[in-house]
Amino acid sequence: MTFAGHYAYFVTILLLMVGLFIVIARSNLIKKLIGLGLFQTAVYLLYISPGKLIGGVAPIVGEGFEVYSNPLPHVLILTAIVVGVATLALGLALVVRIKEAYGSIEEEEILGLDADDELKSRDRS
Amino acid sequence: MLSQHLPILLVVVPLLAAPIIVLLRRSFPSWLVATLASIATLAIALPLLARAVSEGVISYAIGNWPPPLGIEYRVDAANAFVAFIVSLIGVFVMPYCRRGVSSEVRAEEHYLFYAMMMLCLSGLLGILLTGDAFNLFVFLEISSLATYVLIAMGRDRRALVASYQYLLMGTIGATLYVIGIGLLYLQTGTLNLADLAVRLPAMGDPRATLAALAFITVGISLKIALFPLHLWLPNAYAYSPSAVSAFLAATATKVSIYVLMRYFFTIFGETVVFDARYTGVILLALSLAAMFIPAVVAIFQTDVKRLLAYSSVSQIGYITLGISLHSVGGLTAAVAHLFNHALTKGGMFLVLGGVVFRLGGSALDRMAGLGRTMPIASFAFVIGGLSLIGIPGTAGFVSKWYLVTAAMAEGQWWLAGAVMLSSLLAVIYVWRFVEVAYFREPPAGHPPAGEAPLSLLLPALAMIVACVWFGLDASWSGNMARAAAEALAGGWK
Repeated sequence: MTFAGHYAYFVTILLLMVGLFIVIARSNLIKKLIGLGLFQTAVYLLYISPGKLIGGVAPIVGEGFEVYSNPLPHVLILTAIVVGVATLALGLALVVRIKEAYGSIEEEEILGLDADDELKSRDRS
Repeated sequence: MLSQHLPILLVVVPLLAAPIIVLLRRSFPSWLVATLASIATLAIALPLLARAVSEGVISYAIGNWPPPLGIEYRVDAANAFVAFIVSLIGVFVMPYCRRGVSSEVRAEEHYLFYAMMMLCLSGLLGILLTGDAFNLFVFLEISSLATYVLIAMGRDRRALVASYQYLLMGTIGATLYVIGIGLLYLQTGTLNLADLAVRLPAMGDPRATLAALAFITVGISLKIALFPLHLWLPNAYAYSPSAVSAFLAATATKVSIYVLMRYFFTIFGETVVFDARYTGVILLALSLAAMFIPAVVAIFQTDVKRLLAYSSVSQIGYITLGISLHSVGGLTAAVAHLFNHALTKGGMFLVLGGVVFRLGGSALDRMAGLGRTMPIASFAFVIGGLSLIGIPGTAGFVSKWYLVTAAMAEGQWWLAGAVMLSSLLAVIYVWRFVEVAYFREPPAGHPPAGEAPLSLLLPALAMIVACVWFGLDASWSGNMARAAAEALAGGWK
């Protein structure tokens, strides 16, 4: 139960919180996606670090090796990375479309433009 | 034997349809493939449901790798019933898409639209059938990514922002879920849900289980749009194409509710979730808040699509209320409402889509005199509205009846009053449509719009008729809901 023994978990929590904070606090849509990326990446660490045993080797049965690292978390995270990349790509594509449609990637400006539209359409009717 | 492979076929058929559609590229053949694939999923889901009800748990080892080492698909009455609901809604929505999409999505994007619908369907069915916690996450992301694209295809530029917001919230939800199953994996060394259900109780109730429960509950609740995590939902439903609103409102949140029920009752077990802490009380409080606050917000909406979206958040409250009672009766009510609300809200969104097709918008003001210009659509919409309120003779009444009986069986008499009161709020927001459609003159100067084309009207009417049908004769849906509830509560033994 030492700090050094749980070092990876502390880093994970720190990265998770930093990522989530960026998503909530930043108005810029790209910066939000960067925060989201951090948030997702931190989870990879949560999976991978317990998979490694000190002195453990690749799980191939052989003479003289008795401690093996668990390969499953790596495989899971490989899948999660693919999902993360797809999410980020889609998010960036949406930001491009939003920039084309609104001329801005600042959330406050976009919501302001929407509010203006709402007022105009109400005046017309 | 083909019948042996039904569980995997249910997921693979729509999954294969998607790339085929992308290769076809033309609008009509894409639609045809998508429709045939959705009919095929229903044809697979029905015998699967029949087998799951009569034989109990069906286990399918993917690639013949025996569980818990390989990925297992595990079907019982609960997920087979929800899979049946999802594929049934797919069969109603796909024929509607042909005409509905032509007016709402750019012509060169039609094939992508159908491909995304198929991916979304496949992802949702995958979430339901899989018996592996991580596999569930992957399917969750497949369906979510397809959903974000579908929402962004709406005509209004606000659809893009709605989709972006849903992407942020949905990804945070899914990531929280992954953290939760990570903690479970670190504790138990397994990701197989049935295996987890065996190993978790043996661990007692350590803090790591509690953390996992919290992460999974909050993550999935974001996907359910449980109040107050519903903020993504109203815009997402309001600005997406009508067919997508109908499909999502009827299926996406429902599938996540199934996941929550599965984790609560089968995997963590009632003792860990409800008896040892205040999950039930918190869920009850949030459900009550969901029944009232979004219903009040719905009353003040000027756009009918947004009104229905807020009403969806409010109706989700009834389902989670059933879960929070943690009895077989409460679960039966939850599953029954899941089915009945899917039919009702799906049907209403489809009817509304036909109206939008003629009027060009879903603002409430535009619907003045709709009772005269589009009598059939208005009437169908009102019937759907009655089911939202829970008038006897409609499907909505049946599930509210189950809910009230379950609450009374627990001795919670006051909950019956709360359900009645929140139904009165539904009366107000449905009445706003009735007032505009039937008691206002159609706008002068415009030629009367006339009914929506039959290809839009028929699927919508079919769903509304089904909603009345299951309101008058609830024996089948009631039995299924009870079988599903017993399967959830009884665990995978």
